[in-house]
Amino acid sequence: MNKNWSAFNIVSVVFGFTFLYLPIVLLIVYSFNASKLVTVWGGFSTHWYSEMLSNQGLMDAAWVTARVGLLSATVATVLGTLAALTLVRHTRFRGRTLFTGMVYAPLVMPEVITGLSLLLLFVSIGFERGFWTVSLAHITFSMCFVAVVVQSRLVSYDMSLEEAAQDLGCTPFEAFYKITLPVILPAVIAGWMLAFTLSLDDLVIASFTSGPGATTLPMKIFSQVRLGVTPEINAVCTVLIGFVATGVIIASLINKRRMVNNARTDADI
Amino acid sequence: MGSFFKRITIGLPYFWLCILFLLPFLIVLRVAFSEPVLAMPPFAPQFDLSEGWQGFVQSVSQFTTYNFQFVFEDSLYTNAYLSSLRIALISTLLTLAIGFPLAYGMARSPMTIRPILLMLVILPFWTSFLIRVYAWIGILKPEGLMNQFLMSVGIISTPLRIYNTEIAVYIGIVYSYLPFMVLPIYATLEKMDYSFVEAARDLGCSSIGAFWKITARLALPGVLAGCFLVFIPAIGEFVIPELLGGSQTLMIGKTLWSEFFNNRDWPVASTVAIILLAILVVPIVLFQNAQARATEANR
Repeated sequence: MNKNWSAFNIVSVVFGFTFLYLPIVLLIVYSFNASKLVTVWGGFSTHWYSEMLSNQGLMDAAWVTARVGLLSATVATVLGTLAALTLVRHTRFRGRTLFTGMVYAPLVMPEVITGLSLLLLFVSIGFERGFWTVSLAHITFSMCFVAVVVQSRLVSYDMSLEEAAQDLGCTPFEAFYKITLPVILPAVIAGWMLAFTLSLDDLVIASFTSGPGATTLPMKIFSQVRLGVTPEINAVCTVLIGFVATGVIIASLINKRRMVNNARTDADI
Repeated sequence: MGSFFKRITIGLPYFWLCILFLLPFLIVLRVAFSEPVLAMPPFAPQFDLSEGWQGFVQSVSQFTTYNFQFVFEDSLYTNAYLSSLRIALISTLLTLAIGFPLAYGMARSPMTIRPILLMLVILPFWTSFLIRVYAWIGILKPEGLMNQFLMSVGIISTPLRIYNTEIAVYIGIVYSYLPFMVLPIYATLEKMDYSFVEAARDLGCSSIGAFWKITARLALPGVLAGCFLVFIPAIGEFVIPELLGGSQTLMIGKTLWSEFFNNRDWPVASTVAIILLAILVVPIVLFQNAQARATEANR
């Protein structure tokens, strides 16, 4: 046992993690509640999960959310990676200060303002609100997060590898695709996952930019929560938590295995 | 670097952000200086983007500061800004009070369990904000789990009224933003050389004295970063005050939302947004300066 880990330290760590996890655990436990009252335990039941699956409105919203998430995360990853390349490599071009500002500003912009400004844009160009406007909005704010994640990896990357590939006859794009991309891939994947979960989570920006027929899952959950807490929402939340947690754990396991493999190949050389 | 690939690398994200970030922002600015009218969209004068830059310039020349006067004169808005700042500040201090011991305990923990603890702090980042706030409703409600527990144990005899008050908002913000506080503090404490504290103790410092003179001082950059990372987003927060704070809790994000969705007053909503951004610039610049100083010190 580490002699520095005093009882006080242990208590504060246990307290901190209880605070972080107890509400989530309670939410999950009460999704299996047979009683209709969320806060009174009426025995174990999976009733609310079947109720959730037969709720057409919820299922439609889940489908919209999945499509918006997949589309926006993918486009945001491409644009964000390009933005990261620009930030790290192209230190001199006209309007670089503006570019840097535009990449970082959305990170600190309150969601209500991002939502409002995009809505005003869509209204003034007469773009009908719905699936596409939500996707465009999600791409715009999540590409900045992708850019930051990929940038942090690119900073430590040795550019001479790519230069060597170009000297050996690769076009700049080939050199990027064959040499740089595999190296920064973990960061790109992490960026995609971040963009996907940001899109999955977003309530405020979607509420501003969405139109009829494109209600996302958070919007649906929000409108039901305003009417009161129900075990059915607990069930939806539990499924979402399970989905995201599984994704994060699988990703970190893959990452770990890659690192072990890399260490092994390095040792072989 | 090939010129075509380079042009795409810079041009594509640049173009995208100009159209979907810069232009919308300019429109908000323009609408903030427009008059509200009963029409769709509800502001005047309309500007026609089909006339291009000229049309934009022309519409800029007919602006009115009516909305700014309105927002500054109505105490509702001033109170909402002040109360947002107050709630964000109190929540930041509470987050620090819970986050620092947690980060400190993690940094002192045995090497073998540190990656697991770190993972446990990061994991809530990935789970939905909305869900985590929702989870508290069931706990804090008058007939909720906390009151049930406290009453069954016999600590209280009547339910505590926390849900739909400012206290619930504090709890929500502390809970949602705790990882933002813990991670930067943990990062500085983990690098810290603990032998400094031991040396101070050997030289006669009390353990509390050594903590203030050594640990607290070395952790200061992390503490500052954590505080800004909680304070800045907390000011414009909407979901937490809406779901936990009830109608009496005043925060500017909520005001903007209801101005837009309930009153359909787009010019005032835009004005509220512009003033909010002007307020946010102060902590953001301070944060950047603190970060720059921290990087400088690390060199």
